[in-house]
Amino acid sequence: MSTRLQFALGAGLLIALAAIPPVASLAGIPFLLTLFTRIVIVAIASVSLNLILGYGGMYSLGHAVYIGIGGYTVGILAFHGVHSGLVQWPLALAVSALFALVTGALCLRTRGVYFIMITLAFAQMVYFLTVGVAKYGGDDGLTIARRSSFGGLVNLADRTTFYYVSLAFLLAAVLVVWRISRSHFGMVVRGACANDRRMQALGFPTYRYRLAAYVIAGTMGGLAGALLANQTDFVNPEMLSWTRSGDLMIMVILGGSGSVIGPVAGTVAYMVLEEVLSGITEHWQIILGPLVVLMALVRQGGIVGWLSPKRHA
Amino acid sequence: MTLFLEQCLNGLQLGLLLFLLAAGLTLVFGIMDLVNLAHGSLYMVGAYLAAWFAKRFDSFFIGLAAALPVALLLGIVLEVLVIRRLYGRDHLVHVLATFGLILFFNEAVRLVWGAAGLTLALPEFLGTWVQVIPGVPYPVYRVAIIVVGLLVAAFLYFLVQHTRVGMLIRAGAADREMVGALGVNIRLLYTLVFGVGACLAALAGVMAAPILTVQIGMGETILILAFVVIVIGGIGSVRGAFVAAIIVGVLDTLGRAFLPGALKQTFGAAAASTAAPAISAMFIYLLMAAFLIVRPEGLFPAAGGRK
Amino acid sequence: MPDALVRTRGLCKHFGGVVATDNVTLELNRGEIHAVIGPNGAGKTTLINQLTGELFPDAGSILLDGRDITREPPAVRARAGLARAYQIVSIFPAFSVLQNVALAVQATQPHSFRFWREAARDARLLDPAMEILARLGLEGRAGALASQLSHGEQRQLELAMALATRPRVLLLDEPTAGMGHEESRHIVSLLGTLKSDYAILLVEHDMNAVFALADLITVLVYGRIVASGAPDEIRGDAEVKRAYLGEKKKAPRRTGAAD
Repeated sequence: MSTRLQFALGAGLLIALAAIPPVASLAGIPFLLTLFTRIVIVAIASVSLNLILGYGGMYSLGHAVYIGIGGYTVGILAFHGVHSGLVQWPLALAVSALFALVTGALCLRTRGVYFIMITLAFAQMVYFLTVGVAKYGGDDGLTIARRSSFGGLVNLADRTTFYYVSLAFLLAAVLVVWRISRSHFGMVVRGACANDRRMQALGFPTYRYRLAAYVIAGTMGGLAGALLANQTDFVNPEMLSWTRSGDLMIMVILGGSGSVIGPVAGTVAYMVLEEVLSGITEHWQIILGPLVVLMALVRQGGIVGWLSPKRHA
Repeated sequence: MTLFLEQCLNGLQLGLLLFLLAAGLTLVFGIMDLVNLAHGSLYMVGAYLAAWFAKRFDSFFIGLAAALPVALLLGIVLEVLVIRRLYGRDHLVHVLATFGLILFFNEAVRLVWGAAGLTLALPEFLGTWVQVIPGVPYPVYRVAIIVVGLLVAAFLYFLVQHTRVGMLIRAGAADREMVGALGVNIRLLYTLVFGVGACLAALAGVMAAPILTVQIGMGETILILAFVVIVIGGIGSVRGAFVAAIIVGVLDTLGRAFLPGALKQTFGAAAASTAAPAISAMFIYLLMAAFLIVRPEGLFPAAGGRK
Repeated sequence: MPDALVRTRGLCKHFGGVVATDNVTLELNRGEIHAVIGPNGAGKTTLINQLTGELFPDAGSILLDGRDITREPPAVRARAGLARAYQIVSIFPAFSVLQNVALAVQATQPHSFRFWREAARDARLLDPAMEILARLGLEGRAGALASQLSHGEQRQLELAMALATRPRVLLLDEPTAGMGHEESRHIVSLLGTLKSDYAILLVEHDMNAVFALADLITVLVYGRIVASGAPDEIRGDAEVKRAYLGEKKKAPRRTGAAD
């Protein structure tokens, strides 16, 4: 899609998202702020997944694991009395990056369906790890007594502040993916997605570039996890269950993979849809399921593709 | 020693259950190039159907006999309505569509049978014990699972190696276009293979039902184990699925049974009580990682199975 | 005579029971076009695949400038100066023509771990890319998507990408296949001007082109070298005539020079 359209859509989304706190407070619906804080955080994870899925053709079905790793790093540190965000957050990113590096090095030895299954399996491994370790709550999860503290810099306990901090991170994530996708590095990753053999024949050792992209995406996922743990003051295995990974994939595709702003639009649309459907009936997934099937069948570049003027040829 | 043998039997039994699931998955993938996440849903539906029929007619065997054809039918309907439209498309589309199906099936089951879960009672003679290993009573039902699993494996082996349909299946796994060129009714073959896969998944579900709880989401956990099996065995290979399923079943069971004790002896009780459940839960995935390092294409790679 | 730039020794490759490359020993020298001809299925593309590293030989060795590269992966060989133009066009259809070539230029840089600067505005990539496009007469199409090019233009782009990696050795797998007469002539004259700077291996069915360009011709049949020598020797070789040149059907287009 055209750069201008992406820009317009991005600016529109940003203004709308920035307006959420005053709107929620004026309308007297504090839940709106809670919902959109969550949406903004999850959008960071979608944007990061899109870097490998949309641009790199790496269909990871285990991306929620990074939300879990980031979240649990914050949770476990808080459990042991470490509340400084300056320790918690960099560590959350580092652990996510390390996990992405180790598992990615293995996953990227394979292609296609193997890659899908193996990313899923490694995510499941961490899931069972969180379920199994009783010290950190096991199945029941771990409550976080205090949000990450940044001295006097920002007060994350304030809901509005927290929202804008999350939004700033989302903006940064979009910007980073935007720049990366057009950089020298991004061209190699995109080229390897389109025709890996050709890229190697040109002289690119593509494996290390794909792995680097995988690690960047995982690290950004970890950031989303650290934010989410702070929002809910709680972490549990559910946040990295494989259905969460599936949800992320849907959001990316729904918005339009391979466009930077698409995943943000997809996340907003999907999570608002969930909210609306669950307001209608308790059994809302019986509607959502077929909708997802339909979306997969008629997939035409997602929301972003649908907004774009039809390409001739 | 007897405990070890008993756990080996348990592992064999889990392995054969995994094989029933993995066989269908790997066939569907090998022939239709389709990633089917909803395979676990068919396993779950099979278990629910059997539990429900068995309760209604007060007979385990009626439950079993009724669940399988219904699952076969469900598989065929699913193939015609949705799956058929996925052939030849990107794997991402497969993942999304079948993920949507999982959401649907989980909710549909909750709507029909409630959130609480069901139990499937065994007939009396299957609920007894037998001494397979002298001096160790072993549940007859688990022996029955092993026997049925082996019979199905033998049947599939015969089907794939010695029949015309099997020839097409093997040819399809190796070279999809060639089968089309043979003038075979591909549509029918695909529908049939998917239906058989669904039936096998349901059979696994029915057989697992009496020893596990019949509950929503039961399919997903075992599905991911089946993926591990396929990754180790090599996509598209029924033989690979069989060998890998036994390996995964036995090692997973042994790991859960003996790792905690072994850790306790090495690291002391305190450290072991924290780490043991975690390590035994991760054990099978670490095994998969090790396999990937040594043989990234699986034990028995089928030609054309890897993109 | 200086040592050859590329030298293979006793290359062998089997696929199951089929012998695709049978004890092939040949040399490529700078400033020379070495044509490899032979009927369909003679193992010409398989030979190129082994030179680029997309296939590993079962036996034998490959030396590039005296260095053994037999077990090196494709990317390493490309960086060492080996470039290939594919028989079946292998370009990036979703990228523009200029982007395709710029990507090839990018491959010559020490690494691509540059995350911020926009590749599409980097003069260090674009200027050399435009230069090469101009050389091939594609500069007018620089902004078009590669998928929108005609078949002949895509082949030219393929060649442009190979040149953009600044190779020492060019492996060209039927560079004029499927081209119109005009385009084909253009490529032949271009190859003539290129040859002084590169060692070129040319696989080609167009015998006019082969006999016009080649300094050395090797004839491959069932993976085995049946003859090798200067064009005039090959033209007169009885075994070559019998095995290959006499069979007009195997060389579908303009076999004139061979008759």
